[in-house]
Amino acid sequence: MTIMRLVILDNYDLASEWAAKYICNRIIQFKPGQDKYFTLGLPTGSTPLGCYKKLIEYHKNGDLSFKYVKTFNMDEYVGLPRNHPESYHSYMWNNFFKHIDIDPNNAHILDGNAADLQAECDAFEKKIKEAGGIDLFVGGIGPDGHIAFNEPGSSLVSRTRLKTLAMDTILANAKYFDGDLSKVPTMALTVGVGTVMDAREVMILITGAHKAFALYKAIEEGVNHMWTVSAFQQHPQTIFVCDEDATLELRVKTVKYFKVSGSKLLTNDELCQAEGSSKS
Amino acid sequence: MRGGQGTAGARVLRFTNCRILRGGALLREDLWVRGGRVLDPEKLFFEERRVADELRDCGGCILAPGFIDVQINGGFGVDFSQAADDVGSGVDLVAQRILAHGVTAFCPTLVTSPPEVYQKVLPQIPVKPGGPHGAGVLGVHLEGPFISREKRGAHPEDHLRSFEARAFQDVLATYGPLDNVCMVTLAPELSRSPEVIRALTARGIRVSLGHSVADLRAAEEAVQSGATFITHLFNAMLPFHHRDPGIVGLLTSDRLPPGHHIFYGMISDGIHTNPAALRIAHRAHPQGLVLVTDAVPALGLGNGRHTLGQQEVEVDGLTAYVAGTRTLCGSISPMDVCVRHFLQASGCNLESALEAASLHPAQLLGLEKHKGTLDFGADAVILYKSHPTPVSWPALDARGVRVPHWRPHPSPWLRHRLCGAG
Repeated sequence: MTIMRLVILDNYDLASEWAAKYICNRIIQFKPGQDKYFTLGLPTGSTPLGCYKKLIEYHKNGDLSFKYVKTFNMDEYVGLPRNHPESYHSYMWNNFFKHIDIDPNNAHILDGNAADLQAECDAFEKKIKEAGGIDLFVGGIGPDGHIAFNEPGSSLVSRTRLKTLAMDTILANAKYFDGDLSKVPTMALTVGVGTVMDAREVMILITGAHKAFALYKAIEEGVNHMWTVSAFQQHPQTIFVCDEDATLELRVKTVKYFKVSGSKLLTNDELCQAEGSSKS
Repeated sequence: MRGGQGTAGARVLRFTNCRILRGGALLREDLWVRGGRVLDPEKLFFEERRVADELRDCGGCILAPGFIDVQINGGFGVDFSQAADDVGSGVDLVAQRILAHGVTAFCPTLVTSPPEVYQKVLPQIPVKPGGPHGAGVLGVHLEGPFISREKRGAHPEDHLRSFEARAFQDVLATYGPLDNVCMVTLAPELSRSPEVIRALTARGIRVSLGHSVADLRAAEEAVQSGATFITHLFNAMLPFHHRDPGIVGLLTSDRLPPGHHIFYGMISDGIHTNPAALRIAHRAHPQGLVLVTDAVPALGLGNGRHTLGQQEVEVDGLTAYVAGTRTLCGSISPMDVCVRHFLQASGCNLESALEAASLHPAQLLGLEKHKGTLDFGADAVILYKSHPTPVSWPALDARGVRVPHWRPHPSPWLRHRLCGAG
């Protein structure tokens, strides 16, 4: 099955839970083990926080282990000390890694303080390849429609590299740096659009009215490099998980179509099962 | 065993299911320890790519830094001011017994004594690290003999001295070598005190103001010369007056060196200070409050007559008097009782009460990098504040060795306050 899915939940909490359940089911179904790791691409930001909380809950309940999971984060700021409270390393440690049983050797995050930044990016691509590629890449979307830090104008076949951040992104991030624009990092290392497109499956989390316009551009307009998430219209297996507010700029027709086809189709568990069996 | 490169291979302990006192708050966080020091787990994860070797479930307990008592004259029959041949074993006994009160580091205190006593006793009380055997010795606190006659309290009049003649030389002649000394209490109105204070401070010795009739101006001058502590605020000093607040006025003085504030000892045993006075001081200057026991040798002994310095004391319940008088001479309330009483009387939160007995004394002594906190890199000396269930948890030091545990007060209200809502 190669269609794009749009799953719409009533609110942020339900969307987070749906996404977390999907990830959980995917991992469990995969039956990871010593010779077979599940590779997961991970995002940062405020959108996935609810999803991370749920995953931690499933882990604490004993339902989900990350022992045989390898993770690859999408991006990291350049020049920010690793232990800075706003670094993505800190984010991942505090919001996810410290609560679960992942092996530290399997948690990969780009090093924004590497001596040779491009070499660091190339090495990251190599690690993904050596891990057998990404099974499920979870991402978010910026207000300007970017995926990771692939800002408007980024090549849709780009790979992991150094990027200068767009003003929109810097403005959006200012809230994490006491509202002081001069404190916000201006460069980041990021996976490319091409890197994420290589994943076997992609799940994009989009919640909130401020993301609605970007979602509209991403799925109702054409594939174009000004709204890099639009590239996923051409990915064989992508799910957009949204709350109602994020759909505010979509046509009623679009929403009705996806709601009907979605509900006709399957619940989260069944969806997983169906997808899983179609692969094996 | 102290940290550094050598501990890289040591076992990593992770205390979980607990609340830890950090940054003035009780946080729902795990506490990681390696080689006797608190460890930064994020650094461990990303740089060393390691996880914990051992997980300890704390059952919802509060983990707090060990208490530090900067004024304790003895206890359990031991009198630090007695010129014994084997002072060391007396100090060891007290060190071991106060662990049960949550005190993991202390300053053995000597009251006004003749020079022979100082010169015999001081060399026998070296600075010593703590451990399962007992609380650590941080240095000796010398309270007297350079104090006011009028405000000597329980100190023997015969042995009071001045340093008018030769200033610091008089100090050395009295005490002998100051190697093991970390604090001196003196009265700043004594002639030549600024020189003496500067000389002591230059040697890294804290100077405390007490047993004094100094006015605010003399007290401020003393602080400008380097004094940083007030010995048992309110006791043995002039009472607060609205036109001359005296030493008490240091709490809100605007004449202190920039960036500095004064620390002040408080005996919160319910006897030495009226709760209303305690609250006034606390509200005026919460960051400076340091809980001290000022405990006498009768601590832990019960009613009857006992010796303190060169005098006899009479113990009656929770009160100790100079025998035959109504002059208080030190408290016999253990530190954990003082913490609980302070919590109750001041109405402050548990975090503040705990900090008053750990962080603030550590800051006073300039030891806050390694003591009095659970920050990364600090010595991992941890108190378990037990959950109010029949199962009691032992206080553990970083090596995981059991020490006599710190038991909560039998009063259900206090126990509830201590263990919090969850």
